[in-house]
Formats: sequence, C-alpha cells, structure tokens
Amino acid sequence: MTTTSPAPTSPASAPGSARSLLGRVRVDYRILAGLAVIAVAMIIAYQWDSQQTTAVAARTIREAAPLILAALCGLIGERSGIINIGIEGQMLLAAFVGFMVASSSGNLILGVMGGMAAASVAGLFLAWTAVALKMDQIIAGTIINIFGLGVTSFLYVQGRTMPSVPNWPIPGLDELPLIGSMLFSHGPLTYAALVAVVVVHVALFQTRWGLRTRAVGEHPSAADTVGVRVYFVRYRNLAIAGMLAGLAGFALLQSASVFNRGMTNGKGFIALAVMIFGRYRPFGVLSAAVLFGFFNALQAQLQFRQAFDIPPQFFGMIPFVFTIAVLAIAGLRTRPPAAIGQPYEKE
Amino acid sequence: MERLAWRQVLLPVLAVVLGLVSGGLLIFVSGDNPLTAYGGMLEGAFGDTDAVGRTLEKATPLVMGGLAVAFAFKAGLFNIGGQGQLLLGASFSAWVGFRFGLPAPIHIPLALLVGGIVASGLGALAGLLKATRGTHEVISTIMLNFVAANLTDWLVSRDGPWNDPDGGALARSPLIQDSAVLPKVGGLPTGFLVAVAAAVVIWWLVSRSTLGFEVLTVGANPKAATYAGISVTRITVLAMGISAFLAGLGGAIQTLGVNERFEPGFNTGLGFDGITIALLARTNALAVIPAAVLIGAMDAGSTLMQARTDVAPEIISVIQAFVLFFVAAPSVVRWIVRLRTGDDDRAIDLGAGWGAA
Amino acid sequence: MTPTESSGTPLIEARGLTKRFPGVVANDRVDLVVHPGEILGLLGENGAGKSTLVKMIFGIYQPDEGQIFLRGEEMTADGPGQAIARGIGMVHQHFQLVPPLTVAENIVLGAETTRGGFLNRRAAEDEVRELSQRFGLIVEPSDVVEDLPVGIQQRVEILKALYRGAELLILDEPTAVLTPQETDELLGIMRDLASSGVGIIFITHKLREVLAVTDRVTVLRRGKSVGSVDTADATTESLAELMVGRSVVLQVEKSAREPGEVVLAVDGLQVRDDRRQMSVDGATLQVRSGEIVGVAGVEGNGQRELVEAITGIRSIVGGSVTIGDHRVAGHPRRVRDLGVAYIPEDRERDGLVGNYSIADNMVLTDYHRPPFANTGIRRFDAVDANATELVERFDVRTPSIETTVGSLSGGNKQKVIVARELSHDNKLVVASQPTRGVDVGSIEFIHEQLIASRDEGDAVLLVSAELDEIFSLSDRIAVIYEGEIVAMLDPETTTREEVGLLMAGGGESDGESNGQVAGLGADGAAVD
Repeated sequence: MTTTSPAPTSPASAPGSARSLLGRVRVDYRILAGLAVIAVAMIIAYQWDSQQTTAVAARTIREAAPLILAALCGLIGERSGIINIGIEGQMLLAAFVGFMVASSSGNLILGVMGGMAAASVAGLFLAWTAVALKMDQIIAGTIINIFGLGVTSFLYVQGRTMPSVPNWPIPGLDELPLIGSMLFSHGPLTYAALVAVVVVHVALFQTRWGLRTRAVGEHPSAADTVGVRVYFVRYRNLAIAGMLAGLAGFALLQSASVFNRGMTNGKGFIALAVMIFGRYRPFGVLSAAVLFGFFNALQAQLQFRQAFDIPPQFFGMIPFVFTIAVLAIAGLRTRPPAAIGQPYEKE
Repeated sequence: MERLAWRQVLLPVLAVVLGLVSGGLLIFVSGDNPLTAYGGMLEGAFGDTDAVGRTLEKATPLVMGGLAVAFAFKAGLFNIGGQGQLLLGASFSAWVGFRFGLPAPIHIPLALLVGGIVASGLGALAGLLKATRGTHEVISTIMLNFVAANLTDWLVSRDGPWNDPDGGALARSPLIQDSAVLPKVGGLPTGFLVAVAAAVVIWWLVSRSTLGFEVLTVGANPKAATYAGISVTRITVLAMGISAFLAGLGGAIQTLGVNERFEPGFNTGLGFDGITIALLARTNALAVIPAAVLIGAMDAGSTLMQARTDVAPEIISVIQAFVLFFVAAPSVVRWIVRLRTGDDDRAIDLGAGWGAA
Repeated sequence: MTPTESSGTPLIEARGLTKRFPGVVANDRVDLVVHPGEILGLLGENGAGKSTLVKMIFGIYQPDEGQIFLRGEEMTADGPGQAIARGIGMVHQHFQLVPPLTVAENIVLGAETTRGGFLNRRAAEDEVRELSQRFGLIVEPSDVVEDLPVGIQQRVEILKALYRGAELLILDEPTAVLTPQETDELLGIMRDLASSGVGIIFITHKLREVLAVTDRVTVLRRGKSVGSVDTADATTESLAELMVGRSVVLQVEKSAREPGEVVLAVDGLQVRDDRRQMSVDGATLQVRSGEIVGVAGVEGNGQRELVEAITGIRSIVGGSVTIGDHRVAGHPRRVRDLGVAYIPEDRERDGLVGNYSIADNMVLTDYHRPPFANTGIRRFDAVDANATELVERFDVRTPSIETTVGSLSGGNKQKVIVARELSHDNKLVVASQPTRGVDVGSIEFIHEQLIASRDEGDAVLLVSAELDEIFSLSDRIAVIYEGEIVAMLDPETTTREEVGLLMAGGGESDGESNGQVAGLGADGAAVD
C-alpha cells in the first residue's frame, strides 16, 4: 500500500504506486481516514445501541449501491474520453423499462435485462452524438436527462406492481454482529455493486481492454496511431457503462418496488460527484459512495427517529450540501482523463 | 446579409418541425391521433385572446429562464440551476409582497429586485466554486436546486416563518398585497413586457458593452482573457450571478403577476426548458423571446390537447428533448431534409474545466 | 512494374505523389527514394509539404495521385495500421505517447501480449528491456512516461516503432525539442540504426543536422521537390538556396547597442508551474532599455513560467519582479499599464481569440480604454479604424478586418499579435518564441520589428528555443536551466557549443567557462 502525493493525482498511475494482486492500488488517505472515523464511531455506537447502529450500517451500503454502479458508469465513460452527465436519465429509463418489463412478465431477471438494455441504448446514443455528430457532450447528456424524465413520465401509468426483489442473506456470515447486516444480508443488486468495483478495477488496470480504454481517454491520437480503434472503443465502452447505469436504476426498484416519476432524485448527478471524489478509480468510487451512503443513512435514521427538533427539509438538504462540499474540497486536486469532452477527429 | 439571417432561422425552425414530428410519432404509437392532439394544442395556445394571454403568461418565466441559460453560455458556463434560482426569486418576492405595505411604484420593483438579487447569490456561489475550487457548475447548480427546493419548502411549511395562517395544512405563503400585484394591460400581462425589456438589456449588454466583451472573451478563450487582463474569476462569478438574477426575476414576475403567493414546487422543469429555449435561440437574447413563446404555447395548449385526446402533457418534455437534439445536431437535420447549407459552427464548448480547474 | 536501381531495390520509393487540400496543393508530383541503411534528409521550410509527404507514406493521408512502392511492391495503405504492419514506423513531432502510462505500456499498446485477456506485464517489460539494450536506447520499462525528460520520451517513441518491426523510420522534426547534446546523441542513434539496416527519413529545417548525419537530401519548396542531392556534395549555402529559393541573408542587420537604465529586474524569482512544481527557482536577470536579452534554454526549464510571472499572469512564490520602479504582483492589466507588451509562446491559446474578428483581436488588451470604449460602452468606429491602420502598417494579409483570426495563416496570426503589441508606446517587450511555425517572410519581418523596438529604446526580453534566433538578435544571452539563469553571455564572444552545454546543465563542471560567463544581472552590461 502506498501514499498519495500532494501533487494532483494522475488517474491512471503515478509515482508511488505499488503493485499487489490487484495491480496498482492507490489509497486516498483522506477518504480512508473518513471511513476509519465512521468505522470507529459505529463500533462505539454499537456498544451503546446495537439495533440502530446496525440499521444505519446496513442502510449505508444499501444507499451506496446505486451510487457505486452509476459512478462506475460515469468512470468508464470518462476513462474512454466521454463526459456522461446523462446518467440520471439513463437510470430513470432503466428503472422505468425494468419496472414495466418485470411487472408485465412477472420475471425479475427479464426486468433487470430490460433495464440494462434501455440504459445501454442511451449510452450508445451518447457515444453516437459524441463520436459521429461531435455534439457538445454536456448538451448530449442533458438531452438524455430531459428525454428520460419526459418519456418515463409520459408513458407511466399508475397502479402496476412488480414482484419484489428478494433479499439474499449469506448463510453463516449474515449472523455476524454489525458486519453481517452491513455486508452479508442484502439484495442481489447491492452485491452486484460490490462485485462490479472489483471487476472494473481489474479490467481497467490488468487487461488489454483497460489499457486501451485508458489510452483512448488520455491521448486518443496516440492510441489511433498504434491501431487502436478509438471510435469503436468509445461505442463499446459507453454501451457497457450503460448496463451499469441500468443496474443502478434497477437498484432503486430494489428498495422502492415501484416506479415513481423522477425517482432518481438527483442520484445520477451525485454519482458524478462520487466519481470525481473517488478520483476516477473504482476503489475510490467505493469509498466515496460509502461515505455518501453513510450520511444519507444517518440522515434518514435521525429523521425517522425525530432525534432532533430540526425540520425535515434541512435533513433533506444534507446529501446535496455534502456533495458540493466534497467537490469543493476534492476538485482542484483531481485530474480527470485528459481527453474528456473533446471530439476526436482522425487526421 | 438577408441570406445569412434566413439561414440562422432555418435550422431552429427545422428543429422544431422535426421535434414535433418525432413527438407526433410517439403520440401515434401510444394510440392517439397526433393531428387532433396538435390541433388542440394550437387552439389552446392561440385560439382566442384569452388563449394568447395564457400563452404569453406561460412564456414569461420561460423568456427569463432562456435568457439565464443563454447569458451563462456566453461566458462558457452551463447554468442548469434555473429551477432553484427561480424558487428563491419567487419566494423572496412573495415575502416582500405580503410582508410590506408600500405604494405600488415602489413595492413592485422592490419585490422584483429582491427576488432577483437573492437568486443571484445562489448563482454567484456556483460561479465562485467553479472559479476558485474547480467545481463544475453543472453539478453544483443541480445540487443547489435541491437545496433551494428544500429551503423554500420549509419557509412556507407549517413550521416555517412564511406560512399562510389561513392555509390550514397547506404549505404556502399568504397572498401578496394588492400594491405588489403586476397588473394586466388590456389582456397583455405586464410581466411579459418586463421579460422583453430584460431580453433587450441583455442583448445590448452582450453586443455593445465592455462587460459583454469580457464575458464573451472568457467564454471563447479563458487563457486569452487572462492574457488580456480580464479576471476570469470575476467574470465567472458575475456571469453566473447575472444569469441567476434573470432566473430569479422570472420567478418573481411569476409570483407577482400570476400566482400572487408562493407555493412550493410550481413550475418544475424550468431549468431544462431554459436550455432548450437558449439553444433554439442560438444564445441570442432577442431570439429567446420567440423561442420562449413557442414553448409557452405548447405548455398553454397542452390542457386542451389532453381534454381532446388523452395525451398527457408530459409529451411536451419529450418534444423538447427532440427539439434540443435536432438543434444541437445540425448535421442530422441537414441529412434528414437533404439541405445544402454552409457550416453551422459549434458555438459552445461546455466540457472545459470538467472535474478540475 | 518493379522499379530497379543500381544500388538494389529501394526500401521505399514514392513516385509523383500529389495531395490537394481545399485551396492548396500541399504536395505536387513529389518523388522520394530511401534505401535500406540509408538516412534521407527531408528539408524544407514550414509549410513546404514535408509533413504531408510523410503522412502519405505512413498511410495517414491517401495521395490524390502517384504511387508508393515498398520493397518494389506497390503499397496502398488506408491507415497507419497497415503501414505499421508493413514495417514503417513514425515518430511524430508531437509525441504520440500516453503520459500517465508506463514506458512498457506505451510501447506494447495496440500489440499487447495477453494471457486469457490479462496483460502480461512482466513479458512486456522484459521484451522492452531486451529491445532497448539491443539498439542502445536505454529506458526503464516501468517508468511513467510523463515523468521522463523529453529526450527519453523520444527514445520511447523510437522503441515503439522498432517493437513493431520498423525497417523504415520516419522522424518528423525530432530535434526541435532537444538540447544540442541530446541532438548529438540522437544523431548517433540514427547512425547506429542505419548501420543495422534501418532506412530513415529525417525531417528537419536545420541545415547543420542534415549535413551532419544524412546520406542524401531531398528538398521541398511549396509542395514541390526542388532537388535531391548527395549530402557529400552539399553545403549550407547550396541547401539554403534550394530551400528558400533565393540566397538568404542568415544574419540580421543591427546597429551597436546603447543600453540605458534597467527596465526589468528579476531577482531570485520563484514560480510554480501547473503541476505545482517550482519550475522557476531563484532566477535573476536584468534587461536595460535599448537592449535585447535572449533567454536560451531547453523547453520546459521554466521559460514559460518566467515569462508569465513577469507579465503578471502567474503568481510569484518568492523573489521579485520589478518593472521600472513598480513591483509586479499578479494583475496582468496593471503590468500592461506599465508599458509592457507581451508576445506569448502559444499564440492561439493565449494571445488570440480564434472566433473573433481581426478588429476585435487588435483591441483584445485595450477594448476598455478610450478611444475604443467610453464609460463601458464600446466604440466600434474607433475599433475598426485601429484595425484598418494596423493591418496596413504590419502587412497582415487578410480579405477584411472582419475576417475571423482563426482562419488566418500562422504567420498572419502572429502579425496580428505583433501589430497589437508593438503599436503601443512600450517600455518593455516580452517576446516568447515569436517566430515558431512562421514562414520565412514573416520571420524576417518580426525580427525587424523587434530590433526596431530595441532601437527606439525599449527593453526586449526574447525567449526562444532556436539558438540561431537567439544568436542573431540578442545583445546578451541569458541561459536558463532548471529554473535558474545559469549564465549571462556575450553573443560576440561565445559559441553555440558553450551555450548548448550550459543549457544541458553542464555549467557547474566548467565553472570558468573561459571567462566569458559574465556576472549575473548588472555586471552583464560590462561584457562588450
């Protein structure tokens, strides 16, 4: 394990990175310190009130899951050189299509696949506008957001239901105090989010796919001159990333069990903040999302318990104020992939 | 010169037509007759003087929202926080409206100004975060939308300081006093005239003043702006502040001219409407007016459309998404209509500064 | 159809290549031949068509007419991928390396060895190490490219081509970014590669290097091949005449200097670069009125930061910059108001707004002042009158003052900046790389303008990577190395080799420098 350097951190690799089984692992000590403080606080709180602490711990991970999946969607896009601010719309489309498919077929697997397909098509649309039309990527993402909100609201009919997503406690492990309900008693999509972190990390830093993706996001013409097909990589990656956004959208249904208009409620944008705070690295995303999830869970628990005499609207602001604060702190020290936002033109 | 002007109008017009056609296909697929639907929309928007008045009323905050986005674009900034800025402007102007008793010639401008200025603070904050901390304004303004929505919810909620004592369980402010109500002049809402005046002022500012030159230079090339001695930080804060002022003023006009009190959650989606309008107007402040009237007309006509065909008014956002796509993708429009025109330059580059300064 | 030559089948032969772009014929029936083990110099001015020619050979452009034969077989490459597969490698002027990746990752990119989809890092690094030893191009495969000096990055580029089995190597202006010592090293590497059978096309506009290393030279002028000669038969003068089309005066005429009082004093200056490294660290320098001080140095030794600190664009961490009797502390506008003109290194990024008209660019720094504005309102008649006058006086070739600057040629863009900056009543002129990428006619014009400023009594600080430019314009030469001014020299009594050694950090080992290293700052005036 290694240190962070004070200089702006390179997203791909930097001096001071070491190798382990997972390749170069870089740890941001500020995020780590935050997580450590939370962990210690939780252990202490657990002695004092085990039931509530367990509830907060479980909710932390549950809240983090859609953020992780959505942020990984943004991460793969940006690592390939495309800014994706349309994640919010992708999630909404996925939640809607997933819900409709699941409710009419009664099959959750089909629902998940439908949702992933919908968000993946939106990802391909973004790649097409960026690659072929050379449209401004921020505007293209905005189109996805407006379309996603509009079309799902337009087509939505009330009164439908879908089968609820099962919980999959892991036998043996879920009985562990605190850890059990925090990590081992979730729905399938929450596990999927945790697995996705490892998979994306290994893929990004240990495979040919990852090497080419990073090259395309940092210096597309260098990749092009050695025969890497820049446009193809961008299309393919945005389609893959869209599937993750699809899972993120379906993860919202995991807890709500019903589609609501505008149910993403800004999570697609918060995911972008998670991505930036996580320094465009999967484990950074995981840590940042857990931090966000924790504050959300704490907020919800306090509000639920009416622990303080504070109007609920102020609790409601917390995740958004926290997001801005986090970006203001992390922003200047994070270096995004160099080629994001610019259309690549072959000579 | 005339040919040039024609070309500049042609693309937005085609984008609107193609957007309507695409929306019509969706209406058709969902089992309704698009012609009946659009017929109802047209009649509801322009059928009689009442309808026209309603259209202009709907168009008024849209002009302001469009101006807000268009002006920020000039500085290379993407303000999608129009919604939150509008809520702040609306709530604070309502407060001035119900709280103080003043003669109308003072009361109205004061309420408008307070609304605009409070909102401009929210925009300036986003500008400051961008300029000094590298926080991309797309994320910060959206987050501030949620903050503003929560804050204004609370202000007029039952526990809030501006709750209407006669409203029972309703979360709303008291009615504003008569001296703060924006009058109608012969069926024409005065608020619309204020919005038109704002468009003219912004047009003049951008094209004729040194401040406009500074804003444009920062938007076109911030390095060159620094080189020329322009403070990019100052202009970024100022441009976001002015942009948010315009959105807040839109909320204030709506409150004083139409709602006459503040209720949470009105006019949601204004930020997104503003984007469509600004791009449809190709960021020209004067062209924002017809673009806003167009979207306002869709909005005003949607009630009659729904009455006749069962088509939900949400179709308007879908049409807007299509219009926005076509206006941002001139090559697609040219391909569809086999049009041979000159180059449509990519006017905007918003990706700059994403994620870091 | 197989071309034959006395010395065997050429490695590559191009016949009658023509390439047209809208409005220009970039290459007009150009021929070119390279044999295995031969170094061909491709010589020409900026814009003569050298890059276009090699891009056709490398498959980036397709020729409109003509044929290319590789080892006697006609080749039609529709992309660099095919050219690479057939053994052609190219080192671009702007390196095609991915900065945050390692040396090995960069070299294997696109031709990775994988095991079940996973990268085989160790194999890649071993392979790179072996290759680097075989060709004497020493690199460490696990280093991250962005941390390496330019010269090493270039080796990585060459290795990248060799890794793909290149037998023909195209080097596009490879020495532009190197110190004289690094250049000599590169020329040595080129000779070694040639002796192992690799054919090389060496693009440059520096006659000295062509004479030093090539076997034959092909000269391009305005898209046409104007001659192909054996290097042994060529001289500097003959090549220069071929290249420019007339005999050129390589020396700039200038009168003896009469320096006055100190205008610019830089004292122990410290400035950070964009990556927060202290790239100017203790620089001390003075420029007097009526003299040109040339700052010589390898790019990236703090020149950009030095200039940006002097002009108020970059903040000063330590030390001071004094202009006249004002201390500079940020605020570019206040610096300008002291009578400072600034010609920036990267004109399109810093000095111009591409989508503005010439008229607006001509007032980019004065738009807010009378007569161009009054109480915040712009006065377009004055703006236009100013542009009309300056376009005339500085010979900017443009259809109209309303033309956008982005559509002008490099030379004309630079003239717009020079016109705007030098038309003021200046005390100090800061010119950074003023003739980079500019045609010969404009170079001469810009040099004349700088000397005219000096003769009017302006202090001129000239930063240039071209030693020729430094030597022909400067009254004194300041050598910058790792953010410090390591020597102040007199161009009359010093040599290129000496300056080159100092630029490469060789100053300390050679402390006395034959007594020509004058004392820093004020003492410099005594050197004459």
